[in-house]
Amino acid sequence: MNFRRLFAIAYRYFILLRDNFTRSFQIFVWALLDTVLWGFITKYLDSIGNPGFSFVPVILGAVTLWAFMSRAMQGVSTPFLEDVWSRNLLNFFASPLTIGEYLGGLILASICTSALGLFAMTLLAAWLFGLALWTLGTVFAAFVILLFIFGVGLGVIAIGIVLRLGPSAEWFVWPIPMILTPFVGVYYPISVLPLSMQLISRILAPTYVFEGLRGIIEKQTLDWGALGLAFALDIIFLGLAYAFFSYIYRRAVHSGAIARYSAESFQ
Amino acid sequence: MPVLQVDHLFKKYGDTEAVHDVSFKVGRGEIVGLLGPNGAGKTTTINMILGVLEPTGGSISIEGKDVARERSKALARTNFAAVYASLPGNLTVSQNLDVFSRIYDVKNTKERIPKLLKDFDLEKFADEKAGVLSSGEQTRASLAKAMINSPALLLLDEPTASLDPSTAQIIRERIVDYAKSGAGGVLWTSHNMYEVTDVCDRVLFLSHGKILLEGDPKGLPHEHHKKDLEELFIAIAREPLSLEL
Repeated sequence: MNFRRLFAIAYRYFILLRDNFTRSFQIFVWALLDTVLWGFITKYLDSIGNPGFSFVPVILGAVTLWAFMSRAMQGVSTPFLEDVWSRNLLNFFASPLTIGEYLGGLILASICTSALGLFAMTLLAAWLFGLALWTLGTVFAAFVILLFIFGVGLGVIAIGIVLRLGPSAEWFVWPIPMILTPFVGVYYPISVLPLSMQLISRILAPTYVFEGLRGIIEKQTLDWGALGLAFALDIIFLGLAYAFFSYIYRRAVHSGAIARYSAESFQ
Repeated sequence: MPVLQVDHLFKKYGDTEAVHDVSFKVGRGEIVGLLGPNGAGKTTTINMILGVLEPTGGSISIEGKDVARERSKALARTNFAAVYASLPGNLTVSQNLDVFSRIYDVKNTKERIPKLLKDFDLEKFADEKAGVLSSGEQTRASLAKAMINSPALLLLDEPTASLDPSTAQIIRERIVDYAKSGAGGVLWTSHNMYEVTDVCDRVLFLSHGKILLEGDPKGLPHEHHKKDLEELFIAIAREPLSLEL
């Protein structure tokens, strides 16, 4: 692993963010919109609900964490799509850069962009709605790490799909978090789901984060064992995502898809 | 040791054989022209050398390093410029050279980048986005990137296709000087036979994925009773079987 190459991939993306506000703006805008929208929805629910219960930490806290996961995923997929849009894949993959270094660079970019988004969201949630997630301390850090690893894994799978199906498959990337939302129990406990859906929920690490968040808020208890299981699931998921991307890459090298990567070449 | 050694290279797509038993070498200080009509297998061969296309059979080594087994080490000493691989248009020329100097792990970037900007007459475009440059300026920027790591093997796929005659001549001189300095060898594809005759020490004619002829670009046409390389090229493109070795 050559870290200079790995940093070069992230550095290239930081230049793009620095030099163009339309790129840097998107790190914050959706995160802030989510906070404002769900903040007011939860305030309204509080006004009509049980006076002893607040929806703000349960719903807005979960939305903030889920939006962070989505940002982590997009932190990986967007720099890759920049390479697709600028037709740069051949320049990179015909260089000494390895797949590990390339993915490492995308992950480094994701760490920075998703952390910025999370910082903005938690500050706004605290300022406007009195939700200071960081007061959860170690638990908050554990939730963030678990969701980040999952988001990175999803991002790697998403770019694998685009590499396999071509640039026109870009739209597959954006709805992936939305598709998973019903399974991981962002807004409700998974006990309300049918058993078949719960089986899927239990193999997804974010489920344990949102169940854990509700446990802390409602019962002031946290099952660390469940978070340990979530960590193990995350590592397995990340390993599978890496294997999936490596397989797609090898297939693209075998077929020559990388050398002639354009939407038309996949028709 | 040659900078590039290609042994019994094959590439099949289903039943179609794009490259068939191609073997050749490029020595240090040598410029070898890879010629042939469209679809002859030139770009396929270059893509296999660059590690972005897996051969069906055969082997490629760069400075003795096998591309299949030691890809990263082999490609660290290689670089390329091609009309179909322009630099990312969303970065400036300087930023592109900076990023690629890191990718190729170039140490002396503070001297290297200004020198390349000067050599390829890009100083006034250093802070321009690569995407807004003219095609000729983009080609020069790609060539500057191709020289960023002083490669032992330089692959050039129609490097002067979009350059005006004056700039093309300057670029040819730069590349010839580079090769003759002994820094590396060059594999050059072009459809400009005047250029090939002028620049290349040796040419390989590909047709239907096979090497049909190999030799000195000045002597080869006369050996086959043709006036010049262009006439020989046309004969190969139209009647390859009549010249098959």
